[in-house]
Amino acid sequence: MGDGGGLRLSMNALDYGILALYFVTVLGVGFAARRAIRTSVDFFLSGRSLPAWVTGLAFVSANLGALEIIGMAANGAQYGMMTVHYYWIGAVPAMVFLGIVMMPFYYGSKVRSVPEYLRLRFNRPTHLLNALSFAVAQVLIAGVNLYALALVMQALLGWPLWIAIIVGAAIVLAYITIGGLSGAIYNEVLQFFVILAGLIPITVIGLVKVGGVGGLMDAVRGSKLGEAGLHAWQGTGTTDNPLGAHWIGIVFGLGFVLSFGYWTTNFAEVQRALSARNMSAARRTPIIAAYPKLVIPAVTVIPGLIALVTVKGLGAESGDLVYNNAIPLLMRDLLPNGVLGVAVTGLLASFMAGMAANVSGFNTVFTYDIWQAYVRRDRSDEYYLRIGRYATVGGVVVGIGTAFIAAGFSNIMNYIQALFSLFNAPLFATFIIGMLWRRMSAVAGFWSLLLGTLAALATYLLYKGGVIHFNSDLEESFWGAGIAFVTAAVVALVLTPLTAPKRDDELRGLVYGMGGVDLKGDVLAGDTAWYRSPVLLGGIALVLAALLYLPVF
Amino acid sequence: MSENAEEANDPLVEETEAERSRSAAARLFDIRRVIGGLFVAYGLVVGVVGIFDGPAEIDKAQGVRINLWAGLAMLAFGLLFLLWQWLRPAEPPESTGDRG
Repeated sequence: MGDGGGLRLSMNALDYGILALYFVTVLGVGFAARRAIRTSVDFFLSGRSLPAWVTGLAFVSANLGALEIIGMAANGAQYGMMTVHYYWIGAVPAMVFLGIVMMPFYYGSKVRSVPEYLRLRFNRPTHLLNALSFAVAQVLIAGVNLYALALVMQALLGWPLWIAIIVGAAIVLAYITIGGLSGAIYNEVLQFFVILAGLIPITVIGLVKVGGVGGLMDAVRGSKLGEAGLHAWQGTGTTDNPLGAHWIGIVFGLGFVLSFGYWTTNFAEVQRALSARNMSAARRTPIIAAYPKLVIPAVTVIPGLIALVTVKGLGAESGDLVYNNAIPLLMRDLLPNGVLGVAVTGLLASFMAGMAANVSGFNTVFTYDIWQAYVRRDRSDEYYLRIGRYATVGGVVVGIGTAFIAAGFSNIMNYIQALFSLFNAPLFATFIIGMLWRRMSAVAGFWSLLLGTLAALATYLLYKGGVIHFNSDLEESFWGAGIAFVTAAVVALVLTPLTAPKRDDELRGLVYGMGGVDLKGDVLAGDTAWYRSPVLLGGIALVLAALLYLPVF
Repeated sequence: MSENAEEANDPLVEETEAERSRSAAARLFDIRRVIGGLFVAYGLVVGVVGIFDGPAEIDKAQGVRINLWAGLAMLAFGLLFLLWQWLRPAEPPESTGDRG
């Protein structure tokens, strides 16, 4: 045990049966959702009809792609407990902020997408810039997800790359084209539970193997991480810690700019909240999602640490013992047939859900924000529904193409991901200033978004070109995001006084202090109960995030 | 600052809003039934396999009868979802406004 020895799992007929049952269920959900689609809003936003617990779990699931799970377990093995920053400070505060502060403007203005908010708040150039960059990013990232899925299938099950790419894409294509966003969201909720059913046995058996939490802590102290692997904040007064990050970088870079940029403006996430059935449910969507986010490190970071102390040689530069294989190696070593099938199913489910989130975000933005706004206006609703289905097919086909290109040039996938993370920080700056400052002009919105993005891109290219130096890619991402944010903010401040403001009546429902936002709109019986208050639920999530840090300070 | 005021006017947004009267979203099935069904099936299959697990399987899982326990847990979880759906069926989307 614990040597390299190939990653192939000994799957038997039982395990494949469990996997097959899941695929059949996923397709069944897609077909069954079809009867609830008659209008374009039914297809793109589930008719704005879903309850908060469904949209909340879909919200967390859309982010719980397999790259995330495998990557966070790898970070757990490499950086130890500092990995929890990605959850407790790098996600939860932004999710709560989205629900409490921003969602009233998104949901209340009835916009159908995040780019559409920019069209109403600023102008069409700002909108087109964001719609195009989002659409391109989503299909390329879908392709990256697909390629990663194929790589894991090849390693674990011995499937040829191209078969895994086609099968994965075909299933996602089928259930989104047929079932629309309801098909995607329902499958995300299902997937959330299947992933947990796969990860919990790994964690439990792993903990038994290392002698419980106490045994794990002792073993980590004796590993190459040492005592530092058990602390999240100690040693962050300097960059001399496993993550190589100063607490200022963690709080402002990760906790503020990067995380707020990702969680509050990424339409693939926000779309889940827009499909909620009323304002209260929409605001609770990201906040309900924050609760699972608080505890997910228990089944990602902990298995990462278990792999570190039980798999000899983990952390190789290449081959089977790279950190990214922490979870697959534990599956191979610890799971007997039966739960093994469930774990493989969970892993595949999370790949498909990650891709489905990209594709369902893409088809909506393509149809409403590109086709309807700039190519063919004033057609019937049925027409746009049809375009949405074509866009889904087109998006998946481009995704497949991207996956095959990535298969040829494997480091392309790192560049694609790094590249698109550049768009988030300036977008967040433009959004938050535009939402809170009514004077900000349309022209300022466009230039703030464009120049902020170029600043992030320039920092990235200068770093890659060796002109400026950072200690790690992570440090570059903190600084790049910070520079982009500041650039976007300064441009907004400088240009606004020089250009014409928007009329007050154009800003109703879009900007803080302009009125037009009805927080109590269309409430259902029971939504007024005190325990469903978004502010209270959000506050509790923040307190829990702080408390969870105490044992691993 | 009246509370019932409508949002900024935009022809594209309003077009789609107008179509919502035709929406078929109310016909969407309840996902709790599917979650419950799948987990009951997984629970039964994995649990039964767990009853017949031999020493090889149990040794691999560090002496834990993981299939049995995971099966029972999934079965209980699935039944809970079915019970939840049975006790509190989906609220009809029409009901509005009353504070209760």
